[in-house]
Amino acid sequence: MPVISLFITCYNDMLFPETGKAVVRVLERLGHAVEFRRQQTCCGQMHYNTGYQRDAFPMMLHFVKVFRDAETVCVPSASCVAMIRDHFPKMADRAGDASLRKAVDELVPRVFEFSELLTDRLGVTDVGAFFPHSVTLHTSCHAIRSLHIGDKPWRLLEHVRGIRLVELPRRDQCCGFGGTFAIKNADVSAAILSEKVESVLDTQAEVCAAVDNSCLMHIGGALSRQKAGVRCLHIAEILASTESGGVQ
Amino acid sequence: MSVRVGEAAHAPAFPKAAKRLLENAQLRRNVRRATDTIRAKRAKVVAEMADWQELRAAAHEIKEHTLRYLDFYLERFEANCTRAGGQVHWARDADEANRIAIGLIQARGQREVIKVKTMTSDETGLNRALEAAGITPHETDLADMIVQLGEDKPSHIVVPALHRNRSEIREIFLRKMKLAELSDRPEDLTGAARGYLREKFLRVKAGFSGANFAIAETGSICVVESEGNGRMCVTLPEILITMLGVEKVIPTFRDLEVFLQLLPRSATGERMNPYNSIWTGVSAGDGPREFHVILLDNNRTAVLADAESRETLDCIRCGACLNACPVYRQTGGHAYGSIYSGPIGAILSPQLQSMDHSKSLPYASSLCGACYEVCPVKINIPEILIHLRAKLVESGYPPLVERAAMKVASVAFSGADSLAAAQGLARLCQWPFEHDGQLRNLPGLLGGWTDFRDLAAIPKESFRDWWSKRTGGQDE
Repeated sequence: MPVISLFITCYNDMLFPETGKAVVRVLERLGHAVEFRRQQTCCGQMHYNTGYQRDAFPMMLHFVKVFRDAETVCVPSASCVAMIRDHFPKMADRAGDASLRKAVDELVPRVFEFSELLTDRLGVTDVGAFFPHSVTLHTSCHAIRSLHIGDKPWRLLEHVRGIRLVELPRRDQCCGFGGTFAIKNADVSAAILSEKVESVLDTQAEVCAAVDNSCLMHIGGALSRQKAGVRCLHIAEILASTESGGVQ
Repeated sequence: MSVRVGEAAHAPAFPKAAKRLLENAQLRRNVRRATDTIRAKRAKVVAEMADWQELRAAAHEIKEHTLRYLDFYLERFEANCTRAGGQVHWARDADEANRIAIGLIQARGQREVIKVKTMTSDETGLNRALEAAGITPHETDLADMIVQLGEDKPSHIVVPALHRNRSEIREIFLRKMKLAELSDRPEDLTGAARGYLREKFLRVKAGFSGANFAIAETGSICVVESEGNGRMCVTLPEILITMLGVEKVIPTFRDLEVFLQLLPRSATGERMNPYNSIWTGVSAGDGPREFHVILLDNNRTAVLADAESRETLDCIRCGACLNACPVYRQTGGHAYGSIYSGPIGAILSPQLQSMDHSKSLPYASSLCGACYEVCPVKINIPEILIHLRAKLVESGYPPLVERAAMKVASVAFSGADSLAAAQGLARLCQWPFEHDGQLRNLPGLLGGWTDFRDLAAIPKESFRDWWSKRTGGQDE
């Protein structure tokens, strides 16, 4: 059994600690040892995607230093994994640092998004969860287009007892978050979001789930503003729920 | 040097233009309907192709190879086109290209020209230049004609009048063609257009086209279209002028095999374009007696110099990225202030103009990746957007408040202690904005968020705090 090192990600750490706790609960329930390396900070995605490459680089270096000898890294955020997989190798190349590139190449295959970790690395789809609610699943852009995660989150949810899964119309459409895009182009972002909210409400589900809390922060922010009465939950929190406890 | 891309030099920044367009409910409805239709058609005909990904890879390779040896292939094109009786002109920028075209038309004493859809001529602002020189251009592509008659601007690379519905088109035709009556049935609208255009096809002696491909090996030009107006424009006039960007050249005739499978499927969701015109120079007793090609640089060679973004020039102008883009879907093309709209416009316009204008465009994307997924020549548009943003940051373009915020964040992320301190500070600062567990009316940049959405208040305990307590600080 590998020791699983949790990269909680900066925004989950501060804004969504329940997701991190749920990841720990699921993995430990499956019999895995989980470690948390306290020195970890951020993958640098916000800086990198907004054009602040110089600031993102030290964060990438820090990440590599912290997790270099980790056996398996679990990340409950698809876009952070996309940052690591898609951009870290190029960042090392641009720095002209062959040994850094080598370290990145060795580390990247051991970094998994949470649902990938369960289905691909650990080979489970039934994690023994119980969640008696109707749930729709937003397929985050980075998860489907960068990680090519396909139906892995859906398969995990399918095995949850009591759940009623409802497919989200136009599910491959972005929610309009896009990091700093949501602020720099707030009007367009809100227009995209309104269509997403419409789709979520169409499903009549109680819960909108995703593998990325950043999308959920966006969708949930609109649902809350509209008092729509639909909750957003990272799939880890659904998978952590059992008959004896968890999110109800 | 005057490089311009349509109106972009004077256009308002994207967020401002977009905000105004978002208020136009009819336009948004038209754009959604049209893009949904094309997307569905595209998805169907792409799914039929077992080797779609291989075709994309092949197209990308052909384009990358050609760009690498562009000087060689352009000279080869020139030699072969000239041998077949064509004349090749080289234009450094928009004004030079327009001057060449106007000079050719004036030298033949012509006062009118019929045009088949030529985005490159929109880039150079040719129509305005022609009118200033006393020459009347007639757009013959149905959608371009609607745009021209409506004194409007194109809003899509392939379907320029996509923002108009048929009742709006009926109104434009009635007014401009001076018709007594006209229904908004598609058959009647196209009938009116046909009558209006036919007279021009038969009378006007100068024709103008763009090119989808210029084939170096044979010196041929290839134009694909759906309406047959292009075939008329390139065969009926006595003099034909074709204007194209230098990146449109491909090495061999056989390369068309790849592109003519990708382009129609990506552009209009058709397996093949109804009209595929390929011609080489002039032929005695058939077609135009004179044929000129204007090869336009307009900063393309500068784009070529940047290894991180040169694949922008791979674009075959299919418009698939526009139809897939969630941003374009809401705003339509006018927000981009350029003939090149959507994701490809967001990377092409700022590069053609060396970032002097359209600096807001690289930010007009949520980086969702839908554009890259559908691009038939595999242009990694999200990567290039990020690269252009990085160039803008290096040039000091973003507002000071943003640069300062990013600096503060990068200090916070430099280590665990500074991160914990920043988290504590954020928690302290949120209380004036917290109502019922939600943050509202956040100040400064963050106001862009809370104008439209709530933000759950920062929980008292972070994950790392919880973990420390749980392990008693053992697991470090």
